[in-house]
Amino acid sequence: MTTPTTPGIRKAVIIGGNRIPFARTGGAYAHSSNQDMLTAALDGLVARFGLAGERIGEVAAGAVLKHSRDFNLTREAVLGSALAATTPAYDLQQACATGMEAVIGLSNKIKLGQIDSAIAGGVDSASDAPIAVSEGLRAILLDLNRAKTTGQKVKILARIRPKDLSPDAPSTGEPRTGLSMGEHQALTTAQWKISREAQDELALASHKNLAAAYDRNFFDDLLTPFRGLSRDSNLRADSSMEKLAKLKPAFGKSLGDDATMTAGNSTPLTDGASTVLLASEEWAAARELPVLAEVVDGEAGAVDFVHGKDGLLMAPAFAIPRMLARNGLTLADFDYFEIHEAFAGTVLSTLAAWEDEEFGRTRLGLDGAFGSIDRAKLNVNGSSLAAGHPFAATGGRIMATLAKMLHERGRVDGRPARGLISVCAAGGQGVVAILEAR
Amino acid sequence: MTPNNKSPHGKTSHSTTAGAREKADKYTEFVSAGLGRDLAKRLGLPQPAILRRYNPQAPLVEGPILVLGQGSGADAVAQVLLDWHQDVRRHATPKTKLGAIVAVLDDVQNPGELSEPMLAVAGSLRDLNKNARVVSISRLAAPDDAPETAAARNAVDGIVRSLAKELRAGATANGVVLENGIAADSPSAMAALRFFLSGRSAFVDGQFLSAASEGSRQAPNWEKPLEGNIAVVTGAARGIGAAIARTLARDGATVVAVDIPAAGDHLAEVANEIHGTALQLDITNPEAGNRILEHAMSRYGRLDIVVHNAGITRDKLLANMDAARWDSVVAVNLEAQLRMNKALLANTCFADNGRIISVSSTSGIAGNRGQSNYAASKAGIIGMVKSTAPLLAPSGGTVNAVAPGFIETAMTAKIPFATREVARRLNSLQQGGKPRDVAEAIAFFAQPQAAGVTANILRVCGQNLVGQ
Repeated sequence: MTTPTTPGIRKAVIIGGNRIPFARTGGAYAHSSNQDMLTAALDGLVARFGLAGERIGEVAAGAVLKHSRDFNLTREAVLGSALAATTPAYDLQQACATGMEAVIGLSNKIKLGQIDSAIAGGVDSASDAPIAVSEGLRAILLDLNRAKTTGQKVKILARIRPKDLSPDAPSTGEPRTGLSMGEHQALTTAQWKISREAQDELALASHKNLAAAYDRNFFDDLLTPFRGLSRDSNLRADSSMEKLAKLKPAFGKSLGDDATMTAGNSTPLTDGASTVLLASEEWAAARELPVLAEVVDGEAGAVDFVHGKDGLLMAPAFAIPRMLARNGLTLADFDYFEIHEAFAGTVLSTLAAWEDEEFGRTRLGLDGAFGSIDRAKLNVNGSSLAAGHPFAATGGRIMATLAKMLHERGRVDGRPARGLISVCAAGGQGVVAILEAR
Repeated sequence: MTPNNKSPHGKTSHSTTAGAREKADKYTEFVSAGLGRDLAKRLGLPQPAILRRYNPQAPLVEGPILVLGQGSGADAVAQVLLDWHQDVRRHATPKTKLGAIVAVLDDVQNPGELSEPMLAVAGSLRDLNKNARVVSISRLAAPDDAPETAAARNAVDGIVRSLAKELRAGATANGVVLENGIAADSPSAMAALRFFLSGRSAFVDGQFLSAASEGSRQAPNWEKPLEGNIAVVTGAARGIGAAIARTLARDGATVVAVDIPAAGDHLAEVANEIHGTALQLDITNPEAGNRILEHAMSRYGRLDIVVHNAGITRDKLLANMDAARWDSVVAVNLEAQLRMNKALLANTCFADNGRIISVSSTSGIAGNRGQSNYAASKAGIIGMVKSTAPLLAPSGGTVNAVAPGFIETAMTAKIPFATREVARRLNSLQQGGKPRDVAEAIAFFAQPQAAGVTANILRVCGQNLVGQ
């Protein structure tokens, strides 16, 4: 490892990324495991940058829906990849912000000089989700394992009742409220009075933007096909406001006529994996690898959605103003905004909160509204509504995509082009980050 | 620089291309031993041999090399073979098994002079080992030659092609043709001779390579002839393209593997296996040439070898042809190469000693029913190669093509059994070739020693009965 030539903090840069196309659950990747998908995403990255046999400083990735056997998922994926077997790895998990946290954590290690290169990633399969036995059956089976005599065993087995046999499938329900993420967002969407039309418009823009990006070969060096899929299977290039308007509400049905959230303006369950190659500037230069962007800053936030009045997915609305203040920046200083489209309502509620005087004064402690963004800068190459959202893989998708966009943009008004990322997560959390073009 | 060549930690290796004997097709395996061999002999069935393919650790040829010819050219060639540590004989010794016969005929001036050396060859044919080689070295019959001389020189063509059809047990006959003023032992001619003698030419039979200039006098590295070179291979995700990428890497090149984005997963596997890089790119993109140059220059600072392998088929009888089938085949197989070559030639970094090798096809030479579009593209490549060669020559570059015949790939495996069985036996070696046979010929054209070998169209077809 090289020691930074000057004491203090050095820069961490994004060299590139690779993901596999995202597939709707039960589709192309129905029989692929998290390890299969993460390994494929890693191997595509290794091939793109000629890293076969190389030792990378550290690989960090994770999955939200995880089998207990996958306790060392990332390390196992590394061992199955073309990377040197001496590449260390760790698993992490911060719900839908897993990929974001992986990038930020590894960037910090690079900035501190602890490692020179890193791969951040994330993977999720809602198709190959773990299914657990019921709590009752689990207790019985554990007792059975401890029993010594046949008599004891028979007695324990006799405790099994039909209800114990129904399996426990994972859900996206919040443990503390019992509400699904969609139901939570439906409340927030109604609270911020986001119209059905506005949500459908955002969804349509996501599909159109993503389709256009594919059409101009934007993803040629960001994506490697997998299992016969070379585009995100959720993408509907021919979607229209009319088609979206026909869909029945899927969440917030208790709101009656005010229910606005449909399958069209909410992300579907998705399978997929993504990776991002990070490094110090020296490491990249020594290998003549391209540098797309610098990881400037990142922050995690959380809201008290259980007792407080903030919606489950509103943490970024607070984290971004804090992070920008720390960097002396305002929304006007950014050229691209990547706000993860968990639901169209999430993006629009966040923007509405920032434009709200009351929210700015009372919740953010500002003199007035935090500000508004130029919508032409928002999710310009599509986002999760079109691409889909394999929970832990979304952060890596956005990081690599934005890094490439910034690099293509180059400089704006004499400064490097700048991008802002916001990813909400279960548990009332969110992780946000700033990237700058190289 | 090539960071990916340094690590000792790669878990994959490309020993598959360098190592043990590969399996031949089932019929060939059956008639190569025991009951099958006896049966085939009695019934007069074809008895294809299991071919000797290149292995860097194996000897150049299996047995002594008999060098025939009375002139100074023969002495010089014998000396080169001695320098290669070969067991060289200048006279036939009865009952001594031979690995190869090299007939040096560069001094032949009229047809009568062919008699003596050819009868000497004849006398030793029965002493040839399995998978032996007969290689002629002669001069190109040029329009300004005296008629007797031109006749004598061109006669060699008929001799070699006939002998190739007579040889059995995997033995082949091929020839090196010297253009005027080129010495028999020039580096280019000797590189071609070495190719023909070695297992690299296993599926090349009845063919000629011509040396247009002396070639490079730099000390040859026969173990890793492409060491330090950066090569681009299009269509590298599978089949022949993947074999080309692996073979160039085995010979020391760092390979940029190119294929369409939809083939990216297979492409990544190939790139990682050979410690190269994968570049997902549609070669019909007008910017493809520049994208490739940009990738190679920014990652490696140079580009030495470009292999145009990517190609498609959209077969239809001409009477049933439509614009989509015709245009797509010509666009991918020919127009993309023309455009990329333009970009390469315009780039000074490539033009210095650059090598371009295209994959043509026997369909482009002999034609093939239902393939008018494909044959147009593959014959077009031959025209392109001939007229591009003079453009590259001033900067030391070469451009050549290989024309594969029946090669055992996933594509030919889809041909119905009976048709496939007939197609693969219709050549002097009575079997289909392997993707790596095509790759070996391409790797030869890329060698620094082959610097004087340009504008050649080398068939890799086991001397298919159709065409030249």
